[in-house]
Amino acid sequence: MGMSQSMRTGLNSILSDVDKINPHGTLGINDSVVSSIYYAAESIANEVVSQKEKPKTDWDKKLDDILTSRVFGFPSMLLLLGVIFWLTVAGANVPSAMIADVLFWGQDRLTDLCNYLHAPAWFHGFFVEGIYRCLAWVISVMLPPMAIFFPCFTLLEDLGYLPRVAFNLDRLFKKAGAHGKQALTMSMGFGCNAAGIVACRIIESPRERMIAMLTNNFVPCNGRFPTLIALAGVLVFGMGSTFGATAIVVGIILLGIAVTLAVSWTLSKTLLKGVPSSFTLELPPYRKPQIGKIIVRSIFDRTLFVLGRAICVAAPAGAVTWLLANIYVGDLSVLAYCAQWLNPFAQAIGLDGFILMAFILGLPANEIVLPILIMSYLATGSMTELDSIEDLYNLFVVQHGWTWLTAVCMMLFSLLHFPCGTTLWTIRKESGSLKWTLLAALMPLGIACAICFLVAQSVRALGWV
Amino acid sequence: MKNNSGGFREENAMSLYDLPIGKTALVNAIQAEGITRRRMLDLGLVPGTKVEALRESPTGDPKAFRIRGAVIAFREEESTKILISYKED
Repeated sequence: MGMSQSMRTGLNSILSDVDKINPHGTLGINDSVVSSIYYAAESIANEVVSQKEKPKTDWDKKLDDILTSRVFGFPSMLLLLGVIFWLTVAGANVPSAMIADVLFWGQDRLTDLCNYLHAPAWFHGFFVEGIYRCLAWVISVMLPPMAIFFPCFTLLEDLGYLPRVAFNLDRLFKKAGAHGKQALTMSMGFGCNAAGIVACRIIESPRERMIAMLTNNFVPCNGRFPTLIALAGVLVFGMGSTFGATAIVVGIILLGIAVTLAVSWTLSKTLLKGVPSSFTLELPPYRKPQIGKIIVRSIFDRTLFVLGRAICVAAPAGAVTWLLANIYVGDLSVLAYCAQWLNPFAQAIGLDGFILMAFILGLPANEIVLPILIMSYLATGSMTELDSIEDLYNLFVVQHGWTWLTAVCMMLFSLLHFPCGTTLWTIRKESGSLKWTLLAALMPLGIACAICFLVAQSVRALGWV
Repeated sequence: MKNNSGGFREENAMSLYDLPIGKTALVNAIQAEGITRRRMLDLGLVPGTKVEALRESPTGDPKAFRIRGAVIAFREEESTKILISYKED
């Protein structure tokens, strides 16, 4: 070592001084440094920072007294959730039908164009009935609910309400061996599970972060809402009530939260054993929402982003679905063949072969499950115009023999089944492990099959359908 | 250098967890270790800091405290590791 004698004696005398001042090791020094930094900062701040007098009413306190109170804390959370979904359910129908009208008018014009150009039948089928129709479906089914849901949700975020949700729910997560911030990553999951997985970075402990990542899928993402909303509409069809449909969707979400807690608990007792790590959460002051910012952020950063991704996935998926539905082996199309092969198992869990096939083909993105199902039903059944819940009801219930159990099982399967391709890819990237990614896909699939099987079999055993 | 920072502790010291809602106390010592301790120090929880107990979650835990103008929630496990000196009025 090139250290000179004088330097060494200097260092030694400093070290012995340190020992005298701080006989209990280095911890105290750390604290003293931080303390003196804070004292210095405090005295500077006291000299130069002046604060306005406190306003007469402390709105933060008043709001928190309601939103985090023992009596109103949970009811107000449910109410806010309910109102957002009611707005989405009630508001999305009309614009959905309008967009569908316009886009299917476009399909007719494209058909005219193909006829005019004497394009071969496969060309018209592949591009117009395959790709274009799948895109039209994705846009008309997804865009209106997203354009309502995302701004509402961003509003809550902007207000500073979300950390209160984590504050209210933390004890439940602690009991499940998970982290309170998981409530925040779940909230992100409502928008997009892939975004929820990335958000898990805010959880410091690796064990609890993994739990949050593995269970994020049980929060229905925006790609699944339109499916759930449409199925809830089919389920209450004829009763003509948006409240009924809202109640069903909220019920499904609560079930998702219950499954999240149960699975988190199981994981923290088995694969991811350990004690809950520390929990510090800042509750920022409520802010006046900035409407312009909310609209820009929710429409451009979220709605259009998610829609864009869905379109990128829907185009090839539409093409593949059309090919599968139109390539015949013997008398059956490949799609019908697969569906027939899957049917016994699908029936056992309350679905049918086509539904299960739609979930499998929809792996790249959950948004396209319902459009694929409609396309495969249409390809094998009679052609109808589909632009309302009534048409959907006719297609599913009248033409394909759905019962209420089919709708319920499909909702359950949609809530619980494997995460979409993007989410899995994100889990792979964030966890850096193929094994955990596989578990993230297979565990929800197992749970979905088990729960659907139990529901379907008990309902049938009880003779309810 | 400031005295009694760090290890100093009073007999029968009370923890932040037991501070009644609406009351204010001064931080005496932090007993947490590792990352948790680091995080608490980062929040400005050094001896002598004023802390006010603001509210508790509907389920009773965690509790929220006002620390240097910010509102921070701690679980029972954390707040029992922060010792305070509190004079009842």
